[in-house]
Amino acid sequence: MVMSKEEALYRYVLRLGDNALVLAQRLIELVAHGPELEEEMANANFALDYLGQARMFYSYAGELEGKGRSEDEFAFMRGEREFANFLLIEQPNGHFGDTIARSVLFENFYLSQLEALTQCSDSRLAEIAARSVKEIRYHQRHDSQWLVRLGDGTAESHELAQQSVNNLWRYTGELFAGDEIDDILRDKYNGPDLDRIKSDWQLQTAKTLKEATIAVPEDQWMDNGGRDGRHTEHFGPLIAEMQYMQRSYPGLTW
Amino acid sequence: MAATTPKTHSEAQIRSWLADVPDPEIPVVSVIDLGMVRKVTVTDVGVVVDVSPTYSGCPATEVIEDSIKTKLDNEGVVGVTVKRVLSPPWTTDWITESGRNKLLEYGIAPPVGSAGKRELLGKTAIRCPQCGTDQTSVISEFGSTACKASYKCDECLEPFEYFKCI
Repeated sequence: MVMSKEEALYRYVLRLGDNALVLAQRLIELVAHGPELEEEMANANFALDYLGQARMFYSYAGELEGKGRSEDEFAFMRGEREFANFLLIEQPNGHFGDTIARSVLFENFYLSQLEALTQCSDSRLAEIAARSVKEIRYHQRHDSQWLVRLGDGTAESHELAQQSVNNLWRYTGELFAGDEIDDILRDKYNGPDLDRIKSDWQLQTAKTLKEATIAVPEDQWMDNGGRDGRHTEHFGPLIAEMQYMQRSYPGLTW
Repeated sequence: MAATTPKTHSEAQIRSWLADVPDPEIPVVSVIDLGMVRKVTVTDVGVVVDVSPTYSGCPATEVIEDSIKTKLDNEGVVGVTVKRVLSPPWTTDWITESGRNKLLEYGIAPPVGSAGKRELLGKTAIRCPQCGTDQTSVISEFGSTACKASYKCDECLEPFEYFKCI
């Protein structure tokens, strides 16, 4: 069955919400565990930006779906298999090099995706993208600078940062894999062209890695499945913690 | 005060009331100073206030929307609707001259330059709100709220906050 363009838009917006929420949750885990005060604040601020973006995407997804689901229901009352975020984003914070490498690899993609979405024909999605792109530009600059400091730092930090990039590389193929939903967005809504985003991503990532004296990992087998709800083992504990209050006390409000 | 029909309030009157609604996190400036009030529409049935949130995740957004509604309710305005408007996205360029002066007097350096890509990513000299020198350095690109960065003055040595240009 061919997916309707309305259904594709709804699911696309929901995916955007899932990416933003899951990364927000990962960054929130760092509150009170940051390596230094500046990063403590940076990550808390970034988490807040992502959470705000998730709320905008989820609210809109709820309207598109038309079944009266609220942003909280999308965040707290769906099961693991219903989340369609990228596998890259759900990877654990690890050490600080892992956290930063994850952010850089994702933000180089997300920034291009949002920039393209500001031109899409769905005005509400374009508005949310225009609001969000300013924030992600700031994140990307900050996180890239950190990757350079770590990669081009001491022998130990270099080794660790290189390892972080190597470990996460297998999750980057999924960013550009694309499926029917992406095709419909591109064709019917003037949405992002993943081939173009991929070449932009490769250029930007190669540039940052070079500055960081980190070698670009060789082509390898790429993991996939997050967008279809098939997650890595790290995702279950993440949403269990995130959803604990609503699962234990359904309908709880502040 | 008894409720009056919406039409009896002019847009200017509504705006002057909104000038008393403070930002909960930086109470020295109002929602008008920050340029968050994009439009005030007075109709036969009520008043619609269009408000642009500053940052996506700014926790003050809902408080501000509630404060606007409460303020106008208290002034006797009926049928108040606060509408959140995302487009065009809020920028520090919309902070008024008087808003910038209030920030400065309060000890927060107002945003410098306009919010193009270049300024965000470039290095701009930030003036110390205490002694006025531009010999300052960044301590952290982040501060007590999403909209501010932390600086220190190299002359008078006072730390201060800078309202980021976005």
